[in-house]
Amino acid sequence: MTGTPNFNTKTFQGLILALQHFWSEQGCVILQPYDMEVGAGTFHWATTLRALGSESWNAAYVQPSRRPTDGRFGENPNRLQHYYQFQVIMKPSPPDLQDLYLGSLAAIGLDASNHDIRFVEDDWESPTLGAWGLGWEVWCDGMEVSQFTYFQQVGGYDCNPVSGELTYGLERLAMYVQGVDHFQQLAWNEPGNARSKSYADVYLAAEQQFSAYNFDHANTDMLFRHFSDAEAECAALVAVALPLPAYDQCIKASHLFNLLDARGVISVTERAAYIGRVRELAKACATAYLTAKGELLSNESPKGVSSGGAA
Amino acid sequence: MTDLLLELFGEEIPARMQTRAGDDLKRLVCAGLKEAELPFEGAAAFVTPRRLILHITGLPLAQPDVREERRGPRVDAPDKAIEGFLRGNGLTRAQCEERDMPKGKFLFAVIERQGRPTGEVLAEILPAAFANLPWPKSMRWGSGTTRWVRPLHSILALLDGAVVPLTFAGIDSGNQTRGHRFHAPEAFAVTDFDGYRDSLLAAKVRIDPADRRRRIADGAAQLAQDAGLTLVADDGLVAEIAGLVEWPVPMLGAFDRRFLDVPAEVLVTTMKVNQKYLSLRDGAGNLAPNFITVANLEAEDGGGQIIAGNEYVLTARLADAEFFWTQDQKKTLESRLPALDQVVFHAELGSLGAKVTRLEKLAAALAKDVPGANGELARRAAHLCKADLVSDMVYEFPEVQGVMGRYYALNDGETAEVADAILQHYSPAGPSDACPTAPTVVCIALADKLDTLVGFWAIDEKPTGSRDPFALRRAALGVIRILLENGLRLQLEKAFATARSGYAVAGDQKKEAQGLLDFFADRLKVHLRQQGMRHDLVQAIFALGGEDDLVRLMARVTALDGFLVSADGANLLVAYRRAANILRIEEKKDAMRHDGAVETALLRQDEEAALAEALSRAVEKIDAALAAEDFAVAMAAMAGLRQPVDNFFDAVTVNSDDAAQRRNRLRLLSQIRATLHKVADFSEIEG
Repeated sequence: MTGTPNFNTKTFQGLILALQHFWSEQGCVILQPYDMEVGAGTFHWATTLRALGSESWNAAYVQPSRRPTDGRFGENPNRLQHYYQFQVIMKPSPPDLQDLYLGSLAAIGLDASNHDIRFVEDDWESPTLGAWGLGWEVWCDGMEVSQFTYFQQVGGYDCNPVSGELTYGLERLAMYVQGVDHFQQLAWNEPGNARSKSYADVYLAAEQQFSAYNFDHANTDMLFRHFSDAEAECAALVAVALPLPAYDQCIKASHLFNLLDARGVISVTERAAYIGRVRELAKACATAYLTAKGELLSNESPKGVSSGGAA
Repeated sequence: MTDLLLELFGEEIPARMQTRAGDDLKRLVCAGLKEAELPFEGAAAFVTPRRLILHITGLPLAQPDVREERRGPRVDAPDKAIEGFLRGNGLTRAQCEERDMPKGKFLFAVIERQGRPTGEVLAEILPAAFANLPWPKSMRWGSGTTRWVRPLHSILALLDGAVVPLTFAGIDSGNQTRGHRFHAPEAFAVTDFDGYRDSLLAAKVRIDPADRRRRIADGAAQLAQDAGLTLVADDGLVAEIAGLVEWPVPMLGAFDRRFLDVPAEVLVTTMKVNQKYLSLRDGAGNLAPNFITVANLEAEDGGGQIIAGNEYVLTARLADAEFFWTQDQKKTLESRLPALDQVVFHAELGSLGAKVTRLEKLAAALAKDVPGANGELARRAAHLCKADLVSDMVYEFPEVQGVMGRYYALNDGETAEVADAILQHYSPAGPSDACPTAPTVVCIALADKLDTLVGFWAIDEKPTGSRDPFALRRAALGVIRILLENGLRLQLEKAFATARSGYAVAGDQKKEAQGLLDFFADRLKVHLRQQGMRHDLVQAIFALGGEDDLVRLMARVTALDGFLVSADGANLLVAYRRAANILRIEEKKDAMRHDGAVETALLRQDEEAALAEALSRAVEKIDAALAAEDFAVAMAAMAGLRQPVDNFFDAVTVNSDDAAQRRNRLRLLSQIRATLHKVADFSEIEG
């Protein structure tokens, strides 16, 4: 092993590099972001689909995530419609996962002899993915710095073996490490020189424009149309046993739903129905994925799905 | 005699599950011991975020030996019988004893079972107890198939210093444990409970939750005192914190005074709910710009970074609250009403906006029955009472619903009466919560609950068993307490009908109202039982039908209770039962009722005539007294019946040979029953 590089974790990119380096050292595949619009790092195929099936899988990656309803035109100190998550998945979950995680905090400068680190109950459920797990939110000095989840079910299928999933909210973590109280003030790279850039320099304009797009300008007729298209395409691809392209379409449908939700054109009752439609897609993809891997028992079907599901 | 020490060590158990898990482990293991005929002196469970601990003292070294004799058939019994006996006991003919008995020579099976060593039995009892432990939510981890609350790491099981060999969740038991996650993570061996407890104390783990709670409460109080402040007591929060730490270290932090402009309820809520911080008050009783956090660590730097970090986090939280407070005040409650149309009250019962429209009418209608209430004020309060639910603050902190409504109403220039009504309209929230008394509050507090109850009855969504997701029992109890504690006269059925008219849902409204009234009767009985009062008397009045005024009902119950404890009352109850019994039997025999008018001409004996006259006088008095709601007079009128009734039963034979006379006497008995039933259904009275 070569010597540990000395990253400046008091910059946004240094924080990411330190986490990538740490998890690379643990044998994880360091992936790049999924090139689709997703609401959280969990939606990356490297987590959802790879959490299914029996083979071992260890990966880490940054995932740009979009939550249209969280847009605040860049004004709220810690709420953004586009933000970054750092995601780690380890399957099967190793017995020392908590210790590994604490090691990663030390690697970004939060050592456990001077910081109060706590695991506080917080279970995770994604109705759109037909997935759930148990775990904690991890507190450092009273601040939630990560989500820690043992996946129990994805796409309606029991996870066996169980994956351990870690999600770091990077902006919030960086604000804490840098000691600033607004995301705009975050140092993206080395501060104090001619090439220095803040988070605002890189993303403020995008936050402003996308908030306006999400709330006021997104063409809802088109979005509804695209939702139906993605739904149909997903089902068609599942039918020809192409679970990976089908999953792209499922993720598209999920994001289109989020945009429609932000535009306020989906009523409370319809909301549950749309989430149900995306969930059926996710379950169909899970079924096709396991089938393609030859890991599906002939009599097995995802839980909570009627036999005449979306596929 | 020996002791068992058990520790299940793993990843953090949710605070809310810990106490129950310790109790369950103790219960299951003790039940297993009892079943295995292993007595013990004491059993104590302890729990920390990372461990479940059980200590059982005074166990025997082995089960008792058992000697059992079973008598079989006679030696000269048919072969089949003997074979059956041998097979049943797993013995050969030679292994049986033969004994001379008075009725001949019999076979005896003598079975001697040696008690097994306690450790061997425990190796079976313990894994079974672990597998049966009922976690509210459980999970698998790694490649395992066992379910537990979170991953389990080690099992310490010692009996008399020696490891009880067992396997659970793929983990073999041993004699080792670990200390505090950060202070003393290395494994070490232990031999007995005292050593275990002391070693863990040295390794910065306090195993007893009561000890941790005390340390938190005392430590926090001391920090407060040193800073010239007092702690806001919150036992529930202290218990929750004790479930988050193995080594509690209270620390005092501060926040910017400017946040004190935000309502104190909001500051306390965000500190408690989001951060698990204790709040403090200054000498004048006002909220202080300080907080106490309880760390799980004695930091190397003395805690400076921990306090600074917590202050940073709290500042961000309070800045959010301050932002919501400022933003929310820019909009009036009135202007928020349209947004309530988008909030679902219940899928079948429409939006909160629709509920508000119903509440306005209902509160104004109720104001007519609430002395001192002003219909317009009640309508205004109802109009605004839900508007804070769509404010940013309540969206973020649901706990401050109503509280914020009051602040925002005052900010909008609403009257204090309306603002207070918005604040208090959810109350009483439970049996010990204060009950509203101000007329306007009473109107909307009643309206809110009645509207909910009537609505859910209309869609047949009632509480069943332990399931009451919409807190309908609490709503009914709230109505009962408001009416009784304010002595408020309200005809419930009329109020139900008014509330029901606000809903467009189809249904048999008469049936719904009767069902709801029965529900109120049940809740009232539960309420009275909790107060140590006789609930059968409530049923005795309710069973008459037509009584839906709870205040009058209680006056009748109280009068009846007083009457029944008097000698006249107790005696009359006996006579009533005698009359009712005779009637029941004879009416069945005759297949007809005997409730016709008594014929004066057939009254031959003096006692009959006297009873008939007493009854007609009593009916007159009772009717007048009931009309005047003078229940004491009605009871006195009943008391006057005791002597004539007693005389009648002493001297008169009901089942006369003369059919006409018999029928007339049965009619007299029927009159007794009917007269008493004007006051209460005596057949419902117990004891």
